[in-house]
Amino acid sequence: MARARKPVVENDARLPPQFLQWFAARGWTPRDHQLALLAQAQAGRSALLIAPTGAGKTLAGFLPSLVELADLRGRANRAQDRGLHTLYISPLKALAVDVARNLEIPVAEMGLRISVETRTGDTPSSKRQRQKRLPPDILLTTPEQLALLLASADARTLFATVRRVVFDELHAVVTSKRGDLLALDFARLRTLAPAMSAVGLSATVRDPDELRRWLVNQSQERTPQMAALVTAPPGAPAELSMLDTRERLPWAGHGAYHAIHEIYERIKNSRMTLVFVNTRAQAEAIFQQLWRINEDNLPIALHHGSLDAGQRRRVEGAMAAGSLKAVVCTSTLDLGIDWGDVDLVINVGAPKGASRLTQRIGRANHRLDEPSRAILVPANRFEVLECRAAIDAANVGAQDTPPARSGNLDVLCQHILGMACAWPFQANELYSEITAAEPYAALSRKDFDDALEFVATGGYALKTYDRFAKIKRTKDGLWRIAHPKVAQSYRMNVGTIVESDVLKVRLVRGGASSGKASSSRGSSLLNYPAKLAGGQSQPYTGRVSRGGRVLGEIEEYFLETLSPGDTFLFGGEILSLVGIVENEAHVARAHSDAPKVPSYAGGKFPLSTYLAERVRKIIAAPSQWTQLPEQVCDWLSLQRKVSRLPPADKLLIETFPRGNRYFLVAYPFEGRLAHQTLGMLLTRRMERLGLKPQGFVANEYALAIWSLSDVGARAENGLLSIAELFSEDMLGDDLEDWLQESALMKRTFRNCAIVSGLIERRFQGKEKSGRQVTISTDLIYDVLRRHEPDHILLRAARQDAYTGLLDLARLADMLGRVRGKILHKHLERISPLAVPVMLEIGREPVYGEAQDQILAEAADDLVAEARGSAR
Amino acid sequence: MLDRNVTIHRAPASGAIEIAGLGFVADASGALFLESDRLLIVADLHFEKGSAFAERRVFLPPYDTAATLARIARLALRYSPRAIVALGDSFHDTRAGQRIHEGDVSSIEALQRGREWIWVAGNHDPELPAQVGGERRDIYQHGPLTFRHEPLAGEALGEIAGHLHPAARIRSQSGSTRRRCFVTDGSRCVMPAFGAFTGGLNFRDEAFGKLFGEREIVVHALGRDRVYAVSAASCLAD
Repeated sequence: MARARKPVVENDARLPPQFLQWFAARGWTPRDHQLALLAQAQAGRSALLIAPTGAGKTLAGFLPSLVELADLRGRANRAQDRGLHTLYISPLKALAVDVARNLEIPVAEMGLRISVETRTGDTPSSKRQRQKRLPPDILLTTPEQLALLLASADARTLFATVRRVVFDELHAVVTSKRGDLLALDFARLRTLAPAMSAVGLSATVRDPDELRRWLVNQSQERTPQMAALVTAPPGAPAELSMLDTRERLPWAGHGAYHAIHEIYERIKNSRMTLVFVNTRAQAEAIFQQLWRINEDNLPIALHHGSLDAGQRRRVEGAMAAGSLKAVVCTSTLDLGIDWGDVDLVINVGAPKGASRLTQRIGRANHRLDEPSRAILVPANRFEVLECRAAIDAANVGAQDTPPARSGNLDVLCQHILGMACAWPFQANELYSEITAAEPYAALSRKDFDDALEFVATGGYALKTYDRFAKIKRTKDGLWRIAHPKVAQSYRMNVGTIVESDVLKVRLVRGGASSGKASSSRGSSLLNYPAKLAGGQSQPYTGRVSRGGRVLGEIEEYFLETLSPGDTFLFGGEILSLVGIVENEAHVARAHSDAPKVPSYAGGKFPLSTYLAERVRKIIAAPSQWTQLPEQVCDWLSLQRKVSRLPPADKLLIETFPRGNRYFLVAYPFEGRLAHQTLGMLLTRRMERLGLKPQGFVANEYALAIWSLSDVGARAENGLLSIAELFSEDMLGDDLEDWLQESALMKRTFRNCAIVSGLIERRFQGKEKSGRQVTISTDLIYDVLRRHEPDHILLRAARQDAYTGLLDLARLADMLGRVRGKILHKHLERISPLAVPVMLEIGREPVYGEAQDQILAEAADDLVAEARGSAR
Repeated sequence: MLDRNVTIHRAPASGAIEIAGLGFVADASGALFLESDRLLIVADLHFEKGSAFAERRVFLPPYDTAATLARIARLALRYSPRAIVALGDSFHDTRAGQRIHEGDVSSIEALQRGREWIWVAGNHDPELPAQVGGERRDIYQHGPLTFRHEPLAGEALGEIAGHLHPAARIRSQSGSTRRRCFVTDGSRCVMPAFGAFTGGLNFRDEAFGKLFGEREIVVHALGRDRVYAVSAASCLAD
């Protein structure tokens, strides 16, 4: 955990002898930041610790509690000293369990009489009951469990004794709705435990002050204040390199198959490698490719969020035991747990952000004084630029974590109900408690009152639901729940993570029926493709009853695109869909050479604004190209010759004919989500101008729209202004029109409807899936938009849309930035820079008026078919 | 599940449906209009579904009845029907009359003025709210046509029914979309649910198999502005 750096003197922290002896016995000296944090806590101050992986962050976070508890519990066992002393909140259940295990070591070795327990969704209910009655000294739990505890009548006594709360991985939690909920629960904790101070543990972030504010009371009557900041020295600089491939660099795609042999070589020559990819589909594909060439039968495993939890635990266990050579994983392994002796990180594809990359690199080599080793493998030419920019950024320690968010209204609604479930409240008091939470410091009283009305009766202007209210204001001015069932239903629906509707994937039977039913395969325990590991290629045959093995879960919308018999990669195997039965997808092993790769979601982070800016600067400055592979230099040089390079501060638009279409390609470099939204809005505008747009595709860097009308020629002839086409007023009426029917907006609304508690995910012991939901949120959205466009849920959805799936905030920033700086280049043919995005056509979904287009195409099929049969 | 090889024999003009030899207009809102008799048919209105959920403290917007009525009013303007047939489950439950807004009752009255209005009984509304007018029938017979809420199993020439809320998931090279739809084999038709809060059941569900057996069927899917006749082969199960 800690190694000697320099002797401790300057901190006035009081570390008791038994602790000093313990450090010494381990051959350690307490680190400066550990003592600094202790001093802050002993002075009763809240503090933020920023430290790299391997700096003994967890011990630092708990040291003040251990010291204090050793003293309190060491003395006579007085009843008033008992009770919950420290709360630890982790975003991951597994991390809480792991930290508990690590914490047991100093507690046991120093013989401290301190009890440490975890409380997660897996904790048996008898233990939970006991924990409320007889709490441990230190409780390690998750944001959702904290919300549940706070929503019970016992919360007042349970939390009154709390002296410290420790938030782990704070940088990761605060960027999401979970962070909003946690901030609100933290505000309630401060009310219940006024003597409590907070410790935030974080990786390096862009603006530590945001987290420092998050950690303390932001009430208006107080001057804006921040927690103390403790910064650990950075670890040894990472050894970062880009794979200098011998192969031809692809123009597009994210597979990086060209580099598979080179990746394999690196794995072979390292102790243990983590291969990070951006999506589950990529993870499946890379895993499959590696096994195809795995002549040495290296133990290479797969880890992503769709796989069965038991399967993931087995992979993690094998990593910790050192029995794996490599794990192909998505962001599921981004956070905190030490799974083993990783000495190499390979990041395949775009790094997306400098901070994200730094954190991933930190997964290798959890020892501060040794550099982490990481290799970036770009999958296409644009990604080369992004990798270059990310390496430069990491080398100068630049950070691009997302900015602080303002708390969402749907989370607020959920929290208000939770507070009513605990005990009746005064609206005024709850309002001032909530605005003490940093994300809600600017919450207006009107928004709060609207949220309260929403919780009570739905918050509709047409007040017809008063007699069915969930919470009621009584004569004494207190809001209380109308029925115990309300609290029951709150408890079943707590939380802000709305998963896509998923179906269990169950293996039912094999394809060819030759031979006998085979037994289960040992090798598949670690998810090796059975047919590749150890040559057991005997096909699995015979019908297995419904009790076949569950392989994991897949999003429903992906399965909807498959017909029975279609094949796809999952869990490292090629499967074919047999059919969908109730809430399960029944699949069989298939022997197909060209599976339809799952394109299900997961980990599609947009390119960070900061990295995008660096990429633009690299392209615009040929003097910097010396650091780029030759193939990429040639490509950019050619672009400069036949068109022009996109300047760093301007927006380049190219137009050219191709086939019987006219293309417009823009290079905003603002990420796929913002480009998709831009494409939607631009095509609407072009439609209105009679330019007959036919569709568009977007990638992280560019947007290509094609139309039947020659947009470029019109602009050349002064019949059309490209600058006006890209003017910011598209965010007015065009946006409104589009939002009305946008599927992305409807999905955003659905999340808000669930988080706010309008729609219940679970009731009376049943879990609702999309297939059973009795009413579609799309229908609610349509009716609400027409009849009450200012309803709080629509406001919540709009708030989400600004940063979420529609990335409107970023689009608006970009349109503002390029105002008056649009460069139009009319070309005779496709430019080199346009090639990558043009190649996306046919492999990415084409947008536009897609929904009715599908119907029209299907109807055209029908006409063609009818003609055929009429002959 | 239906036979996989279901296809259709001829491509009808979009928006036109022939049932038992009579020509109907299929409206993109989900209504049928029999031009020869100026008869407008809507199925499964489910008035007051929102407030029925509110009774269980799920506060759906209380505007579904008004929204549904506004759509019927637009149809009445466009087609000037002589009579309107509501094919059952017009009210979500028997307590709907206690919750319905007065303004919505007036809208119903206004729509009924100057025309015949037939409420076919459904399983959700065995009895009607006392304050609404119109004629109540278990089954409404009109020439060769039988209007009934719940379709009968087996062949039924001229039957027009609702109850099942048919929907189709349609796939083309651009992706897939799920839409409400009419399902017909030329001799009978199951109509889509018209109510603002009504969902859909995929027509490939076995409930439809009992009605159409091995006969060839056509799906008329509701688009934004028109109805698209789609081959059953382009449709997916859910």
